[in-house]
Amino acid sequence: MYKLSKERVLIILGICLVGVFLAVPNIMPKSVKLPSWWQPVSLGLDLQGGSNLLLEVNMDEVIRERMGMLDDAVRQTLREHHILYQKSSAGANSVTVKIDNPNTRTQAIGYFKKLEDGLDVSVNDNGLVEIKYSEAALNMLTKKVVDQSIEIVRRRIDELGTKEPVIQSQGSDRIVVQLPGIQNPEEVKTLLGKTAKMSFHLVDSRTTPQDARRGKISNTSRVLNSVEGGQLVIQRRAVVGGENLTDAGVSFQDGRPVVTFKFNTIGGRKFGEVTKNNVGQRLAIVLDNEIISAPNIQSAILGGSGVITGSFSSEEANNLAMLLRSGALPAPLTILEERTVGAGLGADSIKDGVFASIIGLIAVVLFMIAAYGLFGLFTTITVFVNLILMLGIMSFIGTTLTLPGIAGIILTIGMAVDANVLIFERMREEVKAGRSPRDAADMGFTEAWATIVDSNLTTLVAAAVLFWFGTGPVRGFAVTLSIGIATSMFTSVTVTRLIITYWLNRFKPTKLPI
Amino acid sequence: MKIFSFVTKDTNIDFLKPRKLTYTMSFLLVIASFALMFLKGFNYGIDFSGGVLIEIKSEQKINIEEIRQKLSAVDLDELKLQSIGEAGDELLIRAQADNANEESQRLAIVKIKEILGNGYEYRRVESVGPQVGDELKRAGVISSVIAILAICAYVWFRFEWQFALGALLGLFHDIIITVGCLSLFDFDISLTTVAAILTLAGYSINDTVVNYDRIRENLRKYKKMSQYDLINKSINDIFSRTILTGLTTLCAAVALFAFGGDALRSFSFVILFGVIIGTYSSIYISCVFLNVFDLRKTQENRERLENANPFGNA
Repeated sequence: MYKLSKERVLIILGICLVGVFLAVPNIMPKSVKLPSWWQPVSLGLDLQGGSNLLLEVNMDEVIRERMGMLDDAVRQTLREHHILYQKSSAGANSVTVKIDNPNTRTQAIGYFKKLEDGLDVSVNDNGLVEIKYSEAALNMLTKKVVDQSIEIVRRRIDELGTKEPVIQSQGSDRIVVQLPGIQNPEEVKTLLGKTAKMSFHLVDSRTTPQDARRGKISNTSRVLNSVEGGQLVIQRRAVVGGENLTDAGVSFQDGRPVVTFKFNTIGGRKFGEVTKNNVGQRLAIVLDNEIISAPNIQSAILGGSGVITGSFSSEEANNLAMLLRSGALPAPLTILEERTVGAGLGADSIKDGVFASIIGLIAVVLFMIAAYGLFGLFTTITVFVNLILMLGIMSFIGTTLTLPGIAGIILTIGMAVDANVLIFERMREEVKAGRSPRDAADMGFTEAWATIVDSNLTTLVAAAVLFWFGTGPVRGFAVTLSIGIATSMFTSVTVTRLIITYWLNRFKPTKLPI
Repeated sequence: MKIFSFVTKDTNIDFLKPRKLTYTMSFLLVIASFALMFLKGFNYGIDFSGGVLIEIKSEQKINIEEIRQKLSAVDLDELKLQSIGEAGDELLIRAQADNANEESQRLAIVKIKEILGNGYEYRRVESVGPQVGDELKRAGVISSVIAILAICAYVWFRFEWQFALGALLGLFHDIIITVGCLSLFDFDISLTTVAAILTLAGYSINDTVVNYDRIRENLRKYKKMSQYDLINKSINDIFSRTILTGLTTLCAAVALFAFGGDALRSFSFVILFGVIIGTYSSIYISCVFLNVFDLRKTQENRERLENANPFGNA
């Protein structure tokens, strides 16, 4: 018998109403304030305009730096324990040291293992000891550095006042930054391109850069370029590092912009001590391996704060203060990929997409009515319900609608009627086999169900793969397609069934119009 | 009212008869596509080749030669300028930065913007580093292969291995020929194109599965019918559905191709072309191919196995 229980009718109607309810924010004016769970569908950067950056955390640099530190630690350990070694050197990802005496070598290896957690120590036949990070330790280090970088990137972007930025990691060593509404990301790119590692070093006044170039330089000093031109020889060891800074800002001295900074207690104490003991000497302020200023120490600076005078414009001073405030990146970042879409193109894409959808919709509807008449009209209702449900679900779960996603919606319109076609064709066969309209309608639904499931699930498999492997817009497309498959299965089977049941009961036709 | 009722009519076409012809045709098309792929290659978008892309719009018509002249001051490889839209007020600038690394790409963008000035609306600025380009290329190929295998595994699970093989052949056929056409017509190959190819795979398999479903059903229903007639009957049984669904999807795809804007051009081409070739291949490749096997025997084996199962079909 062809009947639907009251409960089922209510459930179907209920789901449709919830869908409509969730889709409503999409047609409301933007000025209306809505609760966070009742929002219109969010648009991807390709539709609303904005900038998408893919950054890579340069781990090689971090590891090299770590190896340099490890090399120092190795030499110190060997000296402390009076172990003879031939040479110790830091490579890109390991430290090697040659120890000829097998007894002291075993002893040394024991010490090396205790230097840091997660060190792998191996020896080759020539007595060359190699120390490097284990795979697990490297992964942990990478994760830590990426997490810290994300934090710093977030702080810098927040300082710029960007609205609703999305900053998240991707893969093991990548960071995705999405900046809605940003049309010109040059400023952001410049800021993210700077590591902003600052340190204070005493200038080595006994060595001139000329001497240094000729090799007359002690190994505790090094030569650095100055932004003001020329070079200076400074002590390798930093007096105070940027990690001790707590605040930075801009103020003006004699009408010129200067950057003011403040140390924490430890930094302030160290800074005070050094300035007290070195009055008359020059102190170099080094930022990312460049000297930005090297003033003479006039007197002890005990308050824990100071100023950097340099030849900067007020914009440069602002940027520097901002970089110092947000802290140094633990590793340099490379911008691997940039995609910026202007608001104009985004708006045009939406306009084109909506227009194409409407044309596609009209074409499909006319076609179905032409092919099936009354039942084609029923399909039209189904297609509309499907579109509303799709929009409602996408709005509710917060899927981002991208340009390919719009294409996915248009395709769903075309493909959604497939289930109805399958059902109607089946009904036609059943009528031909001599069944009554009611039985034929019933059989049409039950017999077509397995086919509908099979054909939709295979498409879903393709969509799932797209989701796993795709990024950005392609992912958005996969999600849209999957939601479309799910809702169209629901609407074309249950909603159509509801309409046809109603029609059968109301008009008691003697013949199905198919 | 029902103008298209001629479609919803029973057909009795011998689909298997011209199989020598269709096999040859498909075989030649696949060979030609491979030849195009290897000899002509693709017009890779910056997603895959890396490089910079800038789309500008002006108040008036853009003089391409003038811009080419201006941009010659920048160190760029393979500078390509392409006018888009009908009005001629939009221009696509594509280039490879001179030594193809991220930093020189960044500088190239800054330089181009500097030269062109503020008189233009910068509608799109993209820069993809060479490393990412290679990765995306690999991910695109891997995802396509995995999608095809996953689909076939599903068909195998739901049907028999012969069906999975038929589906695989059909998918291979569709994808290769579509990709060949992309090469022939110089369409831009981007990430969205790969998405379109996978969607086409989804559509084609959808069509194939509907056919297979009917073959399986008829195998159970008509125990005495010859396999040749049975495959033919199954295809005919749902031929009207095949045509109707094909046409509705085609309607949507045409709308997308004609009105969806330039950004979706190669995407909608793949879908448009894919609907046609997918419909063809489900019948003439995936279904007709099944005639090579003795499906009855496999089915009897399975039924025997199922009957031997003490738990029945529970």
